[in-house]
Amino acid sequence: MASGIRDKVAIVGMGCSRFGERWNMGADDLMVEAFTEAMADAGVERDRIEAAWLGVFYQEQSTSKSGLPLSMALRLPNVPVTRVENLCATGTEALRGAVYAVASGAVDIALAMGVEKLKDTGFGGLPERAKGTFEDQWQPGFTPPGAFAQLGAAYAARHGLSIDELRRAMAHVSVKSHANALDNPKAHLRTPITSEQVLGAPMVAFPLGVYDCCGVSDGAACAIVTTPEIAASLGKRDHVSVKALQLAPSNGAEMGHASWDGSYTPTTRLAASRAYREAGLTDPASQLGLIEVHDCFSVTELVVMEDLGLSAPGRAPADILDGRYDRDGTIPCQTDGGLKCFGHPVGASGLRMAYEIYTQLLGRAGSRQVGAPSLGLSHNLGGIPNRNVASVAIFGLNQF
Amino acid sequence: MTRGISSIGVYVPRRRLSRRAISEALAWRLQSVGGRGERAYGNWDEDALTMAVEAGRAALGGREAVAGVTFASTTHPFLDRSNSGLVAEALALPAQVTTQDAAGSQRAGTSALMALLEGTAPATLLVAADRRATQPGSVQELNYGDGAAAVVVDGQAELAEYLGGYSENIDFVDHYRQAGERHDYALEDRWVRTEAWGPFVRRAVAALLTKTSVAAAAITRVILTASRATAEPLMRTLGLTNATLVDALHDRVGDTGVAHPLLMLAGALDEAMPGEVILVIGFGQGMDALLLRVSDSAPQRRTGRVLSGALARGLTDHAYVRFLSHGGALALDWGMRAERDARTAHSVHYRKRAALNGFMGGRCTACDTVQFPAAPACVNPECRAFAPQTPIRLVDLPATVKTYTEDWLAFTPSPPLVYGNVAFEGGGNAFIEYADVDPGEVSVGAAVTFVFRIKDIDHARGFHRYFWKATLRRS
Repeated sequence: MASGIRDKVAIVGMGCSRFGERWNMGADDLMVEAFTEAMADAGVERDRIEAAWLGVFYQEQSTSKSGLPLSMALRLPNVPVTRVENLCATGTEALRGAVYAVASGAVDIALAMGVEKLKDTGFGGLPERAKGTFEDQWQPGFTPPGAFAQLGAAYAARHGLSIDELRRAMAHVSVKSHANALDNPKAHLRTPITSEQVLGAPMVAFPLGVYDCCGVSDGAACAIVTTPEIAASLGKRDHVSVKALQLAPSNGAEMGHASWDGSYTPTTRLAASRAYREAGLTDPASQLGLIEVHDCFSVTELVVMEDLGLSAPGRAPADILDGRYDRDGTIPCQTDGGLKCFGHPVGASGLRMAYEIYTQLLGRAGSRQVGAPSLGLSHNLGGIPNRNVASVAIFGLNQF
Repeated sequence: MTRGISSIGVYVPRRRLSRRAISEALAWRLQSVGGRGERAYGNWDEDALTMAVEAGRAALGGREAVAGVTFASTTHPFLDRSNSGLVAEALALPAQVTTQDAAGSQRAGTSALMALLEGTAPATLLVAADRRATQPGSVQELNYGDGAAAVVVDGQAELAEYLGGYSENIDFVDHYRQAGERHDYALEDRWVRTEAWGPFVRRAVAALLTKTSVAAAAITRVILTASRATAEPLMRTLGLTNATLVDALHDRVGDTGVAHPLLMLAGALDEAMPGEVILVIGFGQGMDALLLRVSDSAPQRRTGRVLSGALARGLTDHAYVRFLSHGGALALDWGMRAERDARTAHSVHYRKRAALNGFMGGRCTACDTVQFPAAPACVNPECRAFAPQTPIRLVDLPATVKTYTEDWLAFTPSPPLVYGNVAFEGGGNAFIEYADVDPGEVSVGAAVTFVFRIKDIDHARGFHRYFWKATLRRS
């Protein structure tokens, strides 16, 4: 019986570039910026890295295919580099590769890097791309906001809310993230907004207005992982330990079967329940000190609060409006501004979330520090609600 | 065996542009603002072929087996690829049906109809459709309309029996459209009226009445696509009253080209009593004249709402620029998202054509779940069996909206792009575009039906690709 990943791997260094419109930086520059910070944090030499994982989604625009862009940007000592891609869960997938490599005993120290250079695509939002030779011939020519907007109509119908009631709760999601990002110097969008601004903004894809959508940003984030023993030998008195790393991809049921009503993300529920079990959490709502969820759109964050089991079914709008997920609430969410304001360089986002959890667990978050949390969760929802990859990772502070 | 027509169906696009909107937009170049009535025009994703499929579905009514499909048009989307063949696949007809594209003249529909009525072919579906591009500011822009009509011709003649026909070929160039040209070039209407319409029709009717031994007085309905200014003087010389003229639908649809005689025939067959005699005239480089007698079984075999139903589904529109854009007369800036490559992988299309052309899904032989697309393993999370799936046509299955959005970011020539998940009766779902819906119209749980439409236009390679879209069940 497999015992899971809990406490087998420690994160000894993390780095994250400033996110935003980095017009003068390429993907290689962004990776170096994140890596330099992580190396200094970990206190290990570059040549001690024995294997690396690179997460990048839009390889055509960002880098190129394969692991080479990372190997070359960091001038790694010709160690294995594996390029991974799993939609918006790509960063977490890269971390999973590195963590599993260490846990297997194959290597002592591994690197996970996620990067995306989106502002060279020429698009305001995410660029257009082919969906597959068959899919292009029948699926709608959807955009990410349009695909996620579907959650809104379905959630409102299921829970008997008017779209206006739902939009008020969604607006609070964005207002909260903008407020949090004010204290994050690396965040892309650092301006406060009001609910009135959110509700009055131009519609992108009903019921999502401009302020219901996250930023499209350049950025990179990375993690250096090793065994708890080596972490201790590096002098890390306290270290952040991987408690759970779970992934749940759709198998087609959401898109093709009536058992899903469109109002929630079944894969998040699966990944969360597996992660809670792996991490040994029995009451996540009281045990988690903070969470970073996939707030690509405000409505996604709203439904995910229920999918993670943190809000009771139908209660997310009220919990959100009550401030439960605000920085001073009982479960602070997106303390760094989230995808909404920190930004969403697709391949980097999973690792950026881990970076914020890591920073908070170590008490280094400065003016946005939320007490002394001992457990944090990150969540990605890659793809679109009816065809997605959900990831849930849980990190904890192990003190010695 | 009595040859005749056993079924008829029509399709008229939803939007009907007010002619006043045209004249107001062009007031600066016209002497006066005026224009009566409306002309039908297709959405950006409609062409003669998609309209033909809808008219064909209506004529088949989901029940008739036909052995052939003839598709008459002067605006077939393909010069070289069987248009009728694609219509047949969209209608999910067996591969063994004969297919024929008829083209080249405004008479293409009536000539094909006469050939089928004169022949001995088994039940055949004749569809006629046109979507003629018109130059902005032209008379044709005002007078033309988009539309389609279809009949099933067989030896049962349940709606109308064929009494006989007469035809002449005369190279009279009242208008023409050379290959490769976008628009018609029309000659002086007074010349056409006095030198062609008048003598051609008089000659044809005289010959036809002699041939069939029918007295002029027996004719109760006359189908002439000409304007009333042309038709009424002609009626006097034929010894017929203006009251027999079937409404040419100028005020509500416009002239739908090859489809028009059959569209008007649908109106006549909605109302005519058994025994009535209908004269159908086709005009274009000569003329066709056909006499039909309304069958005794017609009242039992018809709804009486074939044409009136299509007319009632119209939506008056005043957006002249939208009309120009949908018709390809005005190239708006659609932004970078419109640059996406819409190349079709034809090898995929070929192996998936039952799904793409005919909207065939699968029904799991292990759990009966209906699904789209059909797949090796069942999509039902409680089943997931690698069990064979029986083909099932989804087009006519009851279905409802599960989710939707109105997406103003996505590229579509008719923003917003409305799409979402629809749920079929029988457990299946499909992620699909919605056609012909306006903002605020779609809601969760609303009943939908499906229409055959252009999915994407590949401008780089000159290719329309087609698929089915959901639309609200409005009636």
